[in-house]
Amino acid sequence: MKTTLCTMALVMWIGIAPGVVSEELASVIQASFSDKGQATLLRLEQDPLQQHCSQPRGQPADKPTAMTLRQQRLDAVVFPTDGDFLGDWRRGAAVAASGRGLQFNDDPSIANGGNCYACHQLAPSEVAYGTLGPSLTDYGLRGQSDAMLRYTWTKLWDTHAFNLCSHMPRFGAQKILDEQQLKDVMAFLLDPNSSVNQPAE
Amino acid sequence: MRRQSDDAITWQLLVTIITRWCLVLLVVPAWADEGIFDQYRDLMGDDNPAIFVIDEGEEFWYQSQGARGATLEACDLGLGAGVTRGAYAQLPRYFADTDRVMDIETRLMYCMETLQGRDRAVIATKPYSVRGDFGTELEALVTWLAAESEGATIAPEQVHPKERAMYALGEEIFFYRAGPHDFSCATCHEQSNKRIRLQQLPNLTDHTEATDAYGSWPAYRMSEGLVRTMGWRLQDCFRQQRWPELTFGSEVGVALQTYMAVNAAGGIMTAPGLKR
Repeated sequence: MKTTLCTMALVMWIGIAPGVVSEELASVIQASFSDKGQATLLRLEQDPLQQHCSQPRGQPADKPTAMTLRQQRLDAVVFPTDGDFLGDWRRGAAVAASGRGLQFNDDPSIANGGNCYACHQLAPSEVAYGTLGPSLTDYGLRGQSDAMLRYTWTKLWDTHAFNLCSHMPRFGAQKILDEQQLKDVMAFLLDPNSSVNQPAE
Repeated sequence: MRRQSDDAITWQLLVTIITRWCLVLLVVPAWADEGIFDQYRDLMGDDNPAIFVIDEGEEFWYQSQGARGATLEACDLGLGAGVTRGAYAQLPRYFADTDRVMDIETRLMYCMETLQGRDRAVIATKPYSVRGDFGTELEALVTWLAAESEGATIAPEQVHPKERAMYALGEEIFFYRAGPHDFSCATCHEQSNKRIRLQQLPNLTDHTEATDAYGSWPAYRMSEGLVRTMGWRLQDCFRQQRWPELTFGSEVGVALQTYMAVNAAGGIMTAPGLKR
C-alpha cells in the first residue's frame, strides 16, 4: 500500500513537474521584460517549435515530436504565387547586407533586412562576414533546377522544414522578409551574374 | 581621498592616452574591423580609459547621499559590511537580509535604498548611460568594484538552494528561443570559434571562454567611448535578439549572470576590459 502510494506520488510528480517548471519560467521571463517600441511581451511566448528547440544541446531529443514538427513546417511553406522564384539580385544584395529590422530601436516603417552577412559569407568582395552559418559563396554553382529553387526557397522560408532546430531565422514563415524580398535574395544566391557567384574585384 | 599627486598622475595618463589615440587614428585604415581594435589594444598596453571611471566609482562609494546623507561604506556585498576587495568576484550570491540571490547591480541598488534612503525608481529609470552621455553613478560604482576584484578568482557560491535554483533558471533562459527571429542566448554563444560579421563570439557554455567573457566586464567600449557593465551587455543582447527590453535588476538578468559566473568559476577576473 505504502509502495503504491509512493509510486502514485512519483508518477504524479513526474507528470506535473515539467508543466510547473515551464510555467514558472514563463512567468519569470514575462516579469523580467517590458514592452519597448515594436517589441512587446507577446514575443516571449513560445510557439511549439520554439519550445521544442529550447533544449540544451546533448539532451535526448523526442524523435516522434521532432519528426511531426518538421513535417508540419514543410507542409506550411508558401511558394511564390506566380511561380517565379527569382527577383533582382542587386536588390537581394541590399537585403542581405541590412541588419535592420524588428529590434525595439528600429523604425517599423522601414523595410527589414535579412542580415545574411551576420552569419554567412556571400559575395567574396565583402570581407565582414560571420561564420555561424556555412559559406554561400558560389551558391549559384548548384544551378537553377526546380528542385534547387524549391529547396532554397524552403530554406529561406522556414529552415526547420529540413533542419529542425537550426539556428537560422524563419524569414518567410515569421514574415521577417516579404515575398519580393525573398525572390531578390534567391536571385542574389542563384543568378550567375550576382556578386555571390563572381570573383572579387 | 583624492591627493594632489594622484591628480598629477591622472593628467599624465590622460595625455599619454590621448597621444596614443591620435597615433591609432593615424595608423589604422578607415574601415572598421577587429584588426583596428587589436592595434589599439596593443598601443594602449596596460592603459585603459576605464581608470577614470574607476576613480569616479570610488568617489561615489565614499560620498554622502540620499535622504539619510549616508555613504555606501556600510554596504555588505557578501564579504561583510564595507568589504570591497574581492567582493565582485563572489557574486551573484544569496543574501539572507533580502532572502534573494543578487548580482552586483541589484545589491548596490539595495544598499542605496536601505543605507542612503534613495528612491529605487529614480536610479532604475536610467541605470546605464546612452551613447554620447557621461557614464552613470551605477556604472562607475560597478567598474570600481570590479577593479577591486582584478586578479581574484571567480567564485560565486552554489550552496544555498536559491543559488542553485538561480543557476538552473539561468541555464533554461540561456537556451530559451523566442521572438520573430527565434533567437536565444545559445544562438550565438554555445559554439566556439564563431563570428557575427567580424565580431568573435564567446562560447559561454565553455569554462575558459566564459571566464574570458564574464571576467572582462565591465569594459571600456572603444566604439562608444563608455564603460559598459555586464548588466548593460545583457540588455543589449536582448535588443539584438528582437526581444522586449530587459528590466534593470530583473530575475532574468541575475539568473544569466549566475549562469555565466558559475561557468567561469575558478577563472580569474581581469575587468575592467577593453573592447571594440
